[in-house]
Amino acid sequence: MRREIPLIITGLVGIVFVVQYFIPHWPFNRMNAWFSDWFSIVQACAIWLGALNLLKISLEKIARRKSDWGYAVVIIASFLLITIIGFVEGESFRDPGTRFTWLYDFVYTPLSSTMFAILAFFVASASYRAFRARNFEATLLLLAAFFVMMGRVPVGDALTAFMPEGWRLTDLATWIMNFPQTAGQRAIMIGIALGIVSTSLRIILGIERSHLGGD
Amino acid sequence: MSTRIKEILVVALVLVFCAIIYIGKVSGWMKGVTFSPAVSMIVIILLAASLAVILVLTIRGRLVGRRTVFVYVGIAVALPLFMSISQYIPISPEVRTLHDGLEDLQDGSKVLVSFDYDPPSAPELQPMAESFFRYCMDRDFKIVIMGLWPQGPLQANQAMEKVLEDPKYAAKNYQYGVDWVNLGFQTGNEFVIQRMGTDFRSMFATDYSGANYETLPIVKNVKNFSNVDYVFNLSAGYPGTVEWVQVAVDRYGVKLGAGNTAVQAPQCYPYLRSGQLIGILGGMNGAAEFEKLTGHEAKGTKFMLSQSFSHMIVIAFIIIGNVAFFMGGRKKNLSV
Amino acid sequence: MFWEHFAVWVAAFLTLGIYSFLYKDNPWYKLCESIFVGISAGYWFVTLFWDNIYGKFWVGVFPPTHVNELGESVRTAQPDYWLLVGAVLGLLMLLRLVPKIGWLSRWSLAFIVGATAGFYLINYFSSNVMRQVQDTIMPLFGSGFDASAYVIIGNIVVAVGTFTGLIYFFFSKEHRGAFGFSAKVGIFFLMVTFGASFGYTVMSRMSLLIGRIDFLLSDWLGLIR
Repeated sequence: MRREIPLIITGLVGIVFVVQYFIPHWPFNRMNAWFSDWFSIVQACAIWLGALNLLKISLEKIARRKSDWGYAVVIIASFLLITIIGFVEGESFRDPGTRFTWLYDFVYTPLSSTMFAILAFFVASASYRAFRARNFEATLLLLAAFFVMMGRVPVGDALTAFMPEGWRLTDLATWIMNFPQTAGQRAIMIGIALGIVSTSLRIILGIERSHLGGD
Repeated sequence: MSTRIKEILVVALVLVFCAIIYIGKVSGWMKGVTFSPAVSMIVIILLAASLAVILVLTIRGRLVGRRTVFVYVGIAVALPLFMSISQYIPISPEVRTLHDGLEDLQDGSKVLVSFDYDPPSAPELQPMAESFFRYCMDRDFKIVIMGLWPQGPLQANQAMEKVLEDPKYAAKNYQYGVDWVNLGFQTGNEFVIQRMGTDFRSMFATDYSGANYETLPIVKNVKNFSNVDYVFNLSAGYPGTVEWVQVAVDRYGVKLGAGNTAVQAPQCYPYLRSGQLIGILGGMNGAAEFEKLTGHEAKGTKFMLSQSFSHMIVIAFIIIGNVAFFMGGRKKNLSV
Repeated sequence: MFWEHFAVWVAAFLTLGIYSFLYKDNPWYKLCESIFVGISAGYWFVTLFWDNIYGKFWVGVFPPTHVNELGESVRTAQPDYWLLVGAVLGLLMLLRLVPKIGWLSRWSLAFIVGATAGFYLINYFSSNVMRQVQDTIMPLFGSGFDASAYVIIGNIVVAVGTFTGLIYFFFSKEHRGAFGFSAKVGIFFLMVTFGASFGYTVMSRMSLLIGRIDFLLSDWLGLIR
């Protein structure tokens, strides 16, 4: 019961999605529509689960007075603030001028943007300390990075303006991106895709069961 | 005085200084600053000279601390914003093909724009979104907006608000529900695209503010992808361009152009070569090129000088590190 | 007016708080980080409720009415009761929070995994394998021997790079002899790919930083004209 039913569900749903690609007619088109709709709802609940889990962990941290529990209070307070505002404002919560939009524009946006923008500093620092042309492969990597970095900004074009058109850094960057880079990406893409295909097949056939956990 | 108190004092001083500048801005006595070309050159020379000093120090076996590198990155990004140096922006073929694909559309065509990104990627993708909206309005395209990321519809609203601030576009009198619509966000990633292939309404029963699909004239006759002429996807990762290619292009034959963050763009080049994508705008550079092609230079173009400087700083630090590595650092195990 | 100033100061305070991490980990940063986590989770929570639970499920099962051209109140669509199955699966997923009956969430998980596996199996094979192979195995000199030298060289580079790159990923045979040489060539192509990706990553990260610095210097302090 605990393992058999999930296995049947996985196999059945997987097979339907495979078959509907080749036979987009009744009953597979109908099943495809149902399953896609259900997937959307289940995924929403899965993300809700994540948010509720965050609350649970934060509450436990406060209850046990673990170190830095004060920040857990901040997490819960921020969560409740935006959630209550979002629910109170109704389905037009995202309209311009709402309190929810205010929170999005002046709290969420600066925080999330800066959190990612900070990586620029670490990329530069790591490049200085660790990016070395130790051997031929590393030198290739470094040269490709150099040409792309210079060729994808106007200064690269300006520095090689004396060269004939088609031979400037911009053109070299374009060539790298469209040919050797594309070839490498394509090899990676095909490799990953074949891995996904074989894993999917194992899951649908019930050979791969790790997603169902123990007992 | 303890270190903590000193730190708090420094932060307080910085905030007070910023408050004074802010008051100056609000009261009008503090105008913006622009460097003349001569001052800009002096700044560049000073920067280069200080990098030469770092090179010498590194060759002697003294790696500068990470905070010094941070300061240089900050300077390389901030100072060019004050400079008034104009740059020639060359157009890459992938941007030109995307633009050509749009040019082939008839005036008044219906385009679907999927906003699949969040605020962190906005500096790269927001200029693309704004340029794309301007282009659509120039050609009287009908714009249907949606998002596979929950933040997407709000980013779309911000872009539309920004474009409509321009009197030229405000005069176009684009009406919500008639000339453009924001259908909002829906969960389900690629399954949403797949479902839209047969029925848009099933995934977007209401628009982003709760209006029923049936009451929106712009989508009245839009049943599935065959009723839109072009799809433009602004993507920062998953779900995004890869999923649009796999489902909308390969299964439903949609004409797709993509605006990607620079991190994601290289992964999409194989699709470009195989014709699954019409064109790619990659990162802020792609945005600047598209702005140039559409004849309305905005933030993408403005930021290219900072982009150039920051790239040069990173390259300079890589070169310094490697020169030191080959000129003696190798022995001293300089390379961390 | 006050709220406009307050808003921009809040945004600046939070931006600087995150940047303070560059100096070292500190309470200001931790405060901002916690607000980010809470607000972010709340944002998803609310958006999913209105766009999915309400906008998709509720409106789907109980379609609202609207007044048509004749002034009659009509339903916008037929109720779709099949969505109730999705809701049940969704509820089962939430049962993970109840340890005693948490195992029931496996049914929903099985549904998600099965759907994703079936979907990916075909789409990845079609778009990322077949279409890519088709574009690699092509007339290198153009269909009518009409390609330019630039295109011919490019086609050869892509064909050789893709093929040798795939050889490198084939670990069932030892990389020796001609096979090993091909794998070596494959590594060279992969290195160029990683280098280009690194260059683009730098470009991306710097763009994000430019966006934030522009906010501080322009929107907040008004220093840039």
